Formats: sequence, structure tokens, C-alpha cells
Amino acid sequence: MVDARTSQVIKVGIAQMDVVKMPDTIRTSGLGSCVGVVLYDDIKHIAGLVHIMLPDSSLARTETINEAKFANTGIKALIKKLKLEGVQPLRLKAKIAGGAQMFKFTSDKDSMRIGPRNVEAVKKELTRNSIPLIAEDTGGNSGRTIEFNPVTCQLSIRTVNQGVSEI
Amino acid sequence: MSEQKITSLHLDVLKEIGNIGAAHAATALSNLLNRKIDMQVPKVEMVSFEDMMELVGGAETVVVGIFLRIEGDSEGSMFFILPIEQANRFIRSLINDDQFDFKDSQLSELGVSAMQELGNILSGSYLSALSDFTGMKLYPTVPGLSVDMFGAIISIGLIEISKASDQVIVINTSIFEEGYSDCNEVHGHFFLLPDPDSTKDILKALGVY
Repeated sequence: MVDARTSQVIKVGIAQMDVVKMPDTIRTSGLGSCVGVVLYDDIKHIAGLVHIMLPDSSLARTETINEAKFANTGIKALIKKLKLEGVQPLRLKAKIAGGAQMFKFTSDKDSMRIGPRNVEAVKKELTRNSIPLIAEDTGGNSGRTIEFNPVTCQLSIRTVNQGVSEI
Repeated sequence: MSEQKITSLHLDVLKEIGNIGAAHAATALSNLLNRKIDMQVPKVEMVSFEDMMELVGGAETVVVGIFLRIEGDSEGSMFFILPIEQANRFIRSLINDDQFDFKDSQLSELGVSAMQELGNILSGSYLSALSDFTGMKLYPTVPGLSVDMFGAIISIGLIEISKASDQVIVINTSIFEEGYSDCNEVHGHFFLLPDPDSTKDILKALGVY
């Protein structure tokens, strides 16, 4: 590694986002129905992560919104933040994980299907911004903790039962 | 409901709800296990989603979680969260199997259904006490069970709330077995998360809003 300082892990909370440069890595814990979206530039080794909770900001019942909470506004805001770091949006690629259904219910309530809806909304927003989706680990019924390394561009995913895998 | 409108009287009333609900559930648990169960004074807090994750030691802490939605006169989510070790003690004693362990990837059907039934009974006692106290009709869904990271489990209860707020009102009561009160392990918790408008409904039903 070029940089001699020890690398740090930048932590991103629920409905939050952040960006990271090598040699640091970026991580979010305990994704259930939420989706972790990583946008990265594999030449500049800069990446951003947003931990989204809901598919669309039209669901908000407040005047001001936290952009990082929704798929549509969260991805846009992250692209903007990466631009400020000197990243060309055309070079961005994406890896995503999450969108599980933690509990099986017979209820038709929309909020119970929120995981798959989040994943759909994220993909739609990526397409709209012409960002290729390189890899995903979505759906199922397990919680995930994910960590992205902007040097290797690998997303490591840990679940309680299946251990660690990389995409 | 915005946070400015919550007075200390409201907080006391919500605390009493946690107190009554959890006391009934603790009694039910005590009868089932034939063991003395204690509870702590309920805490009612308005916290950020991130702080919610810290209530049982972080988003990644693996717990046994029972979740149900409440529908009817008041809506919200209810969780019964147990640390693995405590859940193991309860279930081992219920099914007479010292080998049962929620850490195993293949769980015995008997143990799982015992945990589900325990969740049924405890959430049922909590909610029927709450319903009697407020006079509200509450219809709980069948509880679901998950052994996973706390963040992944609790976030399903934040979905409805997150449409209207970045903070959540938590009615939090912890329970523990006699003799385990001062050990360092995290206790079992009942979390009642009223949907944004439902806090007002509960307070209205009790004539304090």
C-alpha cells in the first residue's frame, strides 16, 4: 500500500451515508430490509456507501427529509458527494447488499415487503443514473454486515449463519 | 407527533404502560419457568435510529427476537429481544434439553416452537394488559421469530416510523431472572414502538392529551 498510515474503518449508520478513500474501508452493520449501496471509482479508489431504509421519498410525511433514508434521493445525494471528491459520475460502478425479509408474515401490509421493494427501487435509480450494477447479494432472510475496500473493490458480507463471503 | 408536544406527564403515562405490560408478561414468564423474574423500571425515550441500535449493544449483536405488529385503535411494533444465553436458559428449561443452543445453525423444531409459543404468551399478556388499561382494541399479528443481528431485526419496526420522523419513541422494559441482576450480560427487553400518530391515540385514550 502506498499510504503508510494505518487504515481506518468508516462506519455508516442506518439512514446515513459517507465516502471513503484508500487505504480506509467503509462499513455498515445489521442490514435487514435496508439496502447498503456502494458506489465506487476503481481507478481513483474512492467509494461511497449509503444505508437506505425506504424505496422512495414520496413516502415521507415530513417537509424536510433526510436524503440518505430513501433509495431515490440517497443515491443521487451520494453521487453528488462523490463528485465533490473529484469522481467522474461516468466512472461509478455499484455493488449492493441487503433487502432481506427478516420475518415471514401473512400480512399484506406493504411495510412487510419492504426489503424487495427497496432492492427494486435501488436498481431503478442506478439504471436512471447509468451506473452499472457489478454485484449484489440481496433478498433472503438474514441480516448482513458489509464492508467495502476501495483498493480491491471487494464487498465483504457477513451473516450470522453463513460467515463471510465476498462479491 | 412532534417531540415538543411530549410533556413529562406524557412520559410518565407511557412509562406506566410499559410497567403494566411488562409486569404481566414477567408474571406469565415466571409461571412458565417456575422461576422468579424481575423487571427494571421502564424507560421511555425519544432516540435517533442510531441510538436505538445501542440499546442492546449495537446493530451487530446477535439476539433472539420476537416481533409483531399491533393494529386496531393504536398501531405500532412490539419486540421481545433476548440475549442468546438467556433465551437458551429459558428454552432449555421449557423443553428439558440442556443441549439446545440458539447458536446452532440447525435448530431443533421443538426449541423453535417453544420460543415462538413463549413469544406468543408474553406478547399476549403485555398487550392484553395494555388493552385493559387503555380501553383500546388492539389486534396483534402472529409473532415472528428471528435469530439474527439486532439491527436487522429492529429496523423492521422503524420502517413505519421513518416515514414521519428520524426519531423513535421507545417504551423499554428489561427483565431478568433472579440472581442474574448484576451480571454484565445484557437483559431481555420488551420494546414497544408506537407508530407516529399512535402515541397521541394512547395518550388520548387515557385522557392526558
